[in-house]
Order: sequence, then structure tokens, then C-alpha cells
Amino acid sequence: MKQPSRILRRAFLTGMASSAGLLLAGCSKTDPPTYGHVLRMGDLLTYKAHRLLLPAHSLAREYDYADISSVPAIGTTNPGDPSRSNMFSKEHGPIYERLLADRFADWRLQVEGSVARPRTFSLDELKSMPSRTQITRHTCEQGWSAISQWTGVPLRSILESAGVRSTARFVQFHAYDGWIDSIDMLDALHPQTILAYGMNGRDLPISHGAPLRARVETQLGYKSRKFLRRIVVTDHFDDHGRRGFIRNGWSWHAGI
Amino acid sequence: MSISSSQGHSRWVRICHWIAAASFMALALSGFYILMVHPRLYLGHVGNDLTPALLTLPISNNHRPDELQNEVVFTEMPGAPVTAERNFHIFNKNGWARSLHFLAAWILVGAGAIYLSFGVLSGHLKRHVLPRGRELAPRSLLQDLRNHFPPRVGPAGVGLPYGLLQKLTYTIVVLVVLPLMVATGLTMSPAVTAAYPILLDVFSGYQTARTIHFFGFTILALFLIVHVAMVIATGFGRQLRAMTWGSK
Repeated sequence: MKQPSRILRRAFLTGMASSAGLLLAGCSKTDPPTYGHVLRMGDLLTYKAHRLLLPAHSLAREYDYADISSVPAIGTTNPGDPSRSNMFSKEHGPIYERLLADRFADWRLQVEGSVARPRTFSLDELKSMPSRTQITRHTCEQGWSAISQWTGVPLRSILESAGVRSTARFVQFHAYDGWIDSIDMLDALHPQTILAYGMNGRDLPISHGAPLRARVETQLGYKSRKFLRRIVVTDHFDDHGRRGFIRNGWSWHAGI
Repeated sequence: MSISSSQGHSRWVRICHWIAAASFMALALSGFYILMVHPRLYLGHVGNDLTPALLTLPISNNHRPDELQNEVVFTEMPGAPVTAERNFHIFNKNGWARSLHFLAAWILVGAGAIYLSFGVLSGHLKRHVLPRGRELAPRSLLQDLRNHFPPRVGPAGVGLPYGLLQKLTYTIVVLVVLPLMVATGLTMSPAVTAAYPILLDVFSGYQTARTIHFFGFTILALFLIVHVAMVIATGFGRQLRAMTWGSK
């Protein structure tokens, strides 16, 4: 039994050294921060492992029309109503209410940050762009799932029309319910990552994020922010304080 | 088996055992919290508050279908999918619970990989854990079962050799249930199933995988109860010392 013990010690030390290197990498500004928190280190390990081991642009399963299921609307179901928003924004909530009253005629999506041509999109402009329709499974971190059909513009097209700089690493979603979240460029350029304005053949219902929501099919539901108002492309990671998920104790990467 | 004939546990078995034990406890606790958030189990790809469940566990008050608001039908067809709003506050500690679950899973998978590598390389698995062909003959299995009823456990040897039922149990837990837990766990990951959609077919859907994951947990919890009971029955302090410091 002497020989295996020595091998074990070596394997253990090598493993420790390589995971320490992995965690040190978390100090750079292009990775989600760990704040020295052991759970965030685990999240970072999972994120790095996904990026290292999983093929980058494999597609999430797409289902048939007959598979479309009932789906509850959770989280914020109306950002203009403080009692139905889980992070009501005094600044943006009333604006949403006005936009909704006008059926989003004055709604604009701002695209800015690390792009060559910051610009805005109206709903009609988005609907006139080449669209993608996909029937996919929404997988909620809570454990439930639902299949819906989503129609929208690939985020890639939006980013290309704004001219993303080569230094850009993250794409942030700013929402009318006050939440701000981000995904990395790999997920942002994924063929199934779309900004959806249609659901099951109709306009996106208010409770599911009207007029526009993200669909990030390679991650859990909470990464698909609803009620979008602004998209910001950044070179560095930003945790958004209490408006972001990671400071509220949630993993930034939700691929698992 | 006499006490003097036992061999004790080798060091790598002891290290892997305690790493696995600690991560299993973390997984069980965080897994229970995760399940409390949505205490319903389903078959297939889909399952939520608006669809029928295979099983609703009485471990939280999060499933309140009567309190869903503003139900809307998507199409005019009968049985068409609907949506409804959940505006009440639910119990949800998944922020830390999920992160702890995956951190502990990494550690358990690491310990499991070390255990299996050493187990194969040193011949420990083949010589001491896997039941031999003739031991699996119905007659010897029946004989071993009969020896356990009525239970006559007293002070037994620590460590090797393992009894036949003990071997069978360890084999099933280590080589069947734990790998199944990893595979069904991975089937619940949207990033992993995008890369390996075959997992969704093998387990016939995300929700089926989740349900199997839960029943796998109940098997492991039962194993833990019997395991600890046997440790207590055969000399708690001595068994604990043997698994920790390696004394006989």
C-alpha cells in the first residue's frame, strides 16, 4: 500500500496547485469576481470548466410545435407596478408604465458601450430585421421547466450593426424592473441567443417581458432578462452592486 | 470474522471516505433546500406549477396553484397552453444552495475519481469490493441474507475483508448510484445538454432526470442510515478511529 499513497499525495498536490492557478485567474477583470468567497470560487470553477470542456456553439435542443407547454410567469410580472416587481425601479418603473400605455410606440432599445456606432432600435426596426424563431425549453433555477416558441432578432445581429470593438468581453442587459445582468461574448454571439419580441406566435405578453426580452438558451432562466431597455457592451466585468445578481448571492454563470 | 483477522483501511481509502462523507452531507443539505423551492417531481421534459405532477412533496408551501393570477390562454384550441402570474413570495435559498451543491459535487467527483483510480490500480476494487462470480450464485447470496436475519451484529473487525452484502452495497453505491447522480445532475444543466443532447434522450427529459436524481438521493440517504447504524452496532468509537487514523 506504500506506493499508491505516494501517488495519491502527488496527485493531490498537483490538483491543488492547478486549482489555485485557476482561482488566481479569477483576479483578472475579465472573469466574474470571487470576492474571496468559497462559493463564488466554486461558481468560477464551473464556469471555467464549461468554457474549457464544452464545445462553444452547440445548440440547445429545439422542440416541436406540439411540445409547447403552459408556462408560469414569475419574478417581475409588470415593472410599472411596484407590487408586481421584485426590484421596483423608481426611475424606470414609471417610464415603463407610460410606454406600456402607448403600446411601446415610444420604446427604444439603446445599444452602447464598447461599440463603434452606439444607436437605438424601435420595436418596428427590430421586427423588420431578419428574425429567428425557436421552440426551446425554459429551465428555471427553481426546478421547473416549460417549452415555448420565441421569435426575435439574434443578439449577434444587434451587436454587429452597432460594431462591437475587438476588446469587448461582456454584454449587459439593463431592464425596466431594475435588474442588470451580463453574459460573456461567447453566449452573446451564440446562434440561439436572441432578443425576443414574440412568444407562441403572439406579441410577448407583459408578464413575460414585453416588449423585448433576452433568450439565453444555454443558461438557466434568470439569465434571460425580461423588459429590456438598454444593452451595454463592456471590456471588463461589472457586478452592478445590488442591481446585479452576483452581489445578491447568485451565481453569475448559470449554465448548470 | 474475528477482530484479529481484519486488515484496517489504507490511507487513501480513509482520505477519500471523509472527503466523500463531508461533500455528501453538503450535497444532501443543499439538495434538500433546492428541492424545497419547487417540491414537485415530473416525467418528461416539462413540469411546472401549471402542469400535473408525478409527485408533490410536503416539504414547502411554494406550490400554490390557487394563488396564480391573470391566466391567459395562448391559442383558442382546446387544451392549449396557458400562462399565469405568480406574484406571491416563495421560499427560495437557491443562491447559496445551488452554489454549495455544485462546489460539493466537484469535490465529491474529485474524491470519487481518486478512489476509483487507486481502487483499480491497487487491485482493491477487484480483490475486496466487487463480489466474485461464485459469491453472486443464488445459494451464497441466500445464505448471506439468511445470516443477517435475525440481525446478530456484535463487535466485528474493522475494514477488510468486507462481507458479501457489504460488498454488493458498496458496489451499487459507488459504481451505479453515484455515477447515475452525476449523469442526471448534468442532464439538468442547459449548457451541458446543449453540448451533449444525448443525455436528454438517455433519461427521456430534463424532468425525468431530476426525478431520478431525487430517487437516487433517497437510495443514498437510506444507505447512509444503514451504514451509520452498522458502524454504531459494531463499535462506533473503534470503527471511527479505524476510518480516521487507520488503527485496527
